[in-house]
Amino acid sequence: MIIANLPALQVVVPLVAAPLCAIFRAGHRPWRITLAASWAAFACAVALMRRVLDEGTVSYMLGGWEAPLGIEYRIDTLNAFVLLVVTGVGAVIVPYAKRSVESEIQPDRRGWFYTMFLLCLAGLLGVTITGDAFNIFVFLEISSLSSYVLIALGRDRRALVASYQYLIMGTIGATFIVIGIGLLWTMTGTLNLADLASRVRTMEGAPSVLSALAFLTVGISLKLALFPLHLWLPNAYASAPSTASAFLAGTATKVAIYLFFRFFFTVFGGENFVSKTPIPEMFLVLSLCAMFVAATVAVFQEDVKRMLAYSSVAQIGYITLGISLGTQTALAGSIVHLLNHAIMKAGLFLLVGCMVFRVRGFRVEDLAGIGHRMPLTMGAFTLLGLSMLGVPGTVGFVSKWYLGVAAADLGQWWLVGFIMLSSLITMLYMGRIVEVAYFRVPSGAAATATEAPAGLLVPGLVLAGASLWFGLDTSFSLGLANRAAAALVAGVF
Amino acid sequence: MNGPLLVVLALAIPSLGAAGIALTGPLPQRREGVTLASAVLLALVVVRLAAGVFTGARPEVELFEIMPAFPIALKLEPLGMLFALVASLLWIVNSIYSIGYMRSNHEPRQTSFYVCFAVAIASTLGIAFAGNLLTLFLFYEVLTLSTYPLVAHHGDAQARRGARTYLTVLLFTSIIFFLPAILWTGALSGTLDFRPGGILAGRAGPLATAALLALYVFGIGKAALMPFHRWLPSAMVAPTPVSALLHAVAVVKAGVFTVLKVVVYVFGPQHLLETGASTWLVYVASFSLLAASIVALTRQNLKARLAYSTVSQLAYVVLGAALASPLALVGAAMHIVMHAAGKITLFFCAGAIYTAHHKTEINQLDGIGRRMPFTMAAFFVAALSVIGLPPLGGAWSKLYLALGGLEGGHGFVLAVLMSSTLLNVAYLMPIVGRAFFPLHPRTRGDGSPEGIAEAPKLCVIPLGITAALCVVLFFLAGDLEAMLSELFQAAPPVPLAQGGG
Repeated sequence: MIIANLPALQVVVPLVAAPLCAIFRAGHRPWRITLAASWAAFACAVALMRRVLDEGTVSYMLGGWEAPLGIEYRIDTLNAFVLLVVTGVGAVIVPYAKRSVESEIQPDRRGWFYTMFLLCLAGLLGVTITGDAFNIFVFLEISSLSSYVLIALGRDRRALVASYQYLIMGTIGATFIVIGIGLLWTMTGTLNLADLASRVRTMEGAPSVLSALAFLTVGISLKLALFPLHLWLPNAYASAPSTASAFLAGTATKVAIYLFFRFFFTVFGGENFVSKTPIPEMFLVLSLCAMFVAATVAVFQEDVKRMLAYSSVAQIGYITLGISLGTQTALAGSIVHLLNHAIMKAGLFLLVGCMVFRVRGFRVEDLAGIGHRMPLTMGAFTLLGLSMLGVPGTVGFVSKWYLGVAAADLGQWWLVGFIMLSSLITMLYMGRIVEVAYFRVPSGAAATATEAPAGLLVPGLVLAGASLWFGLDTSFSLGLANRAAAALVAGVF
Repeated sequence: MNGPLLVVLALAIPSLGAAGIALTGPLPQRREGVTLASAVLLALVVVRLAAGVFTGARPEVELFEIMPAFPIALKLEPLGMLFALVASLLWIVNSIYSIGYMRSNHEPRQTSFYVCFAVAIASTLGIAFAGNLLTLFLFYEVLTLSTYPLVAHHGDAQARRGARTYLTVLLFTSIIFFLPAILWTGALSGTLDFRPGGILAGRAGPLATAALLALYVFGIGKAALMPFHRWLPSAMVAPTPVSALLHAVAVVKAGVFTVLKVVVYVFGPQHLLETGASTWLVYVASFSLLAASIVALTRQNLKARLAYSTVSQLAYVVLGAALASPLALVGAAMHIVMHAAGKITLFFCAGAIYTAHHKTEINQLDGIGRRMPFTMAAFFVAALSVIGLPPLGGAWSKLYLALGGLEGGHGFVLAVLMSSTLLNVAYLMPIVGRAFFPLHPRTRGDGSPEGIAEAPKLCVIPLGITAALCVVLFFLAGDLEAMLSELFQAAPPVPLAQGGG
């Protein structure tokens, strides 16, 4: 029973837990409910992945209504992998949330924070698991609306502006997506992704189909903050509560990228997409811009969280670069970077949260000398920073290697050079923090800081450990990424 | 115990040592005890391994697969074995010296110093034992990162600036040139394993080979080939034990060792000779060799002069690799050993002078030989070895390199080596001259000469040992060649150095 209904449970568990949090708002109860729900969701994702590996693609008819009329949940290696990433990040972050939320959010709002957190999780999981285009839109809006609230709960009034900015941009994105889906529906008469895929291929080059693709591309690009549509992201991540920044950085953009994979390769057909549309060339240029411009902007940020946010935009550039190359190796690199970047960025945000918890400041200057006062936190931060740089033995190296190999296989040696050069900019902005943290004399709050409580510190350390583990033993991450990439290139769903 | 287990043990001992040092940090006696114990244990393991490798054993271990078909694997061969032997044996001597130096100078943060040192040694062994390019690259980067805190040890503005240059140059070159070179090699040959005879023969044309070689020799920034040598003088802000073992032996030798290993096991000397792809490097290395010597002449700071001398001496090894003829390769490999013994002694002496009299500039050294006769005698011996005079080790490697140059038809190499020898004399001998024959001998108030004031015993004994090693190595040249000859199978059947030469 449970096994058969796993796909539904994956979404239903957080979705039902959310109103529970809103009802039982007092004391630690919302946190306990969230903890239980997020770990249950992770367990579901693990069980689903096992089923996908055993049986191949899992198809689940919601309410027993047959596709294409009913809503189908369809899980192959790719979305099982993304489900694992999203729930995994959630499961690591919730233990952290307790102390962090207590220190950053007023007591009467804490219950609502957890409600929104679970809604956001449910929305993201729904987008990932569903095989229905309109359902994607609905879940995407659930996750977006709840994330606007999460950001608005941030430390000061700037959070409201950031949230409003995100709301405007996010809504424009959602509008583009729904127009794209609507166009597809008028052309094909179906909303089921698998069904869409087979019908779209028979109407190659039809203007409406191409405009649908264009609308979807712009809409999703806004959601994942592809350069130059990224302007909402730095403000949003910088102003949000630490827990929300870490969670959104690790999951929200990753799910939007998953939509690219699904629409570009599954629906529009892998080969056709690469050879018959100008999107790959466009993405190549935009990805390189993101990798260089956003990274350079990151170097000059005074606010640590803004710096990490700009770095996210740059790292998303690596993922879209893989999409633009479109070969199996490149896609495997992109998919594995979904996981790798989620680990690194969520970990960095959590660790910065630990430092902020002690020093009560977000500026680079506030962290002067913190390396001597909080050696574990800063050690883990340095390790993740090295991983961002792509030092061998860490996850960052694996992603960079795969993208490099993909570019080399295509004979694009200049691109290999660019990929390597971009990591030097990463070295500049990560190195700056590390130098300030270790070589300055602690001042102000940093002078008396001690390690953050275990509840805050351990999740960050777990992610830092994961960046080493998946950097050395890639059989899990790369194995799945390669499987998923092969299916994408073949256009199998 | 079997080979693979020992190989893993050789990496594990310094790593566990680092953990042990961190745990015993608050107790200096115990912390230093752990350092020495790990050094001795490591040396025992490495000697045991060497005995096997030089009689034909080739133990290999595959640790895990980092990416499909690209595992992290260790595989021993004579060249790496020799390098590991040098690094691990000198670590014992250097540990003794470190204890003396760090205590006498009341250096701060000694625990993190010893921890980073042990990690650096572990990664050096990883480089020496690497079975493929990916493994080598992994340990190469770990070595860079673990030595960065050592360079920045003093934490003042100068140390921070030096450390930044150090890290930037080494990471820049490795990411921009070395990593793409590895990717390219993988794309051309489908494997990254080190194999005798190389993996590129027949897969890369002359032009591609030459370009790839350029990516490698400049990407391996630790080899300090001009114009990417700036990090080495910058690294001299570190405490002297670091300059001695890491920036005269482990780190820089890891660089030239990697160049040599890539030439022998990735390109294959035969392939280089047939395509002539390394001819340009003969000229570049010769230039670096002479230019660095000339710069050394202009440096008044003792450690800076020694650093430029190292840049020049490293170019000897790159020159040997570029010549790629059997004799030149034997000479290059030998030079790694010979120069290690000589240069570590010179740095030990510089550190001893600083510890005893706080002098760092050459013009302050007038008459220091009267006060530190033992130290300066050792300095003299080591300087002669670096210059290349018999009966000291340095003579052999230069001879082999010169013969290798002739063998490869590059007669001008002989002229380069001779001028370099003269330059070596010109920048090293005045120091000895000043020390023993000052123009204005310093005296006490009553006119009697100042008495002997050597550095602490823990500093002086190690430099005595390494100076003696310079002499011993002269007589071991035959054995060294025998160890390496298997590696360079085209080497002439009649060995040039038999036993005592």
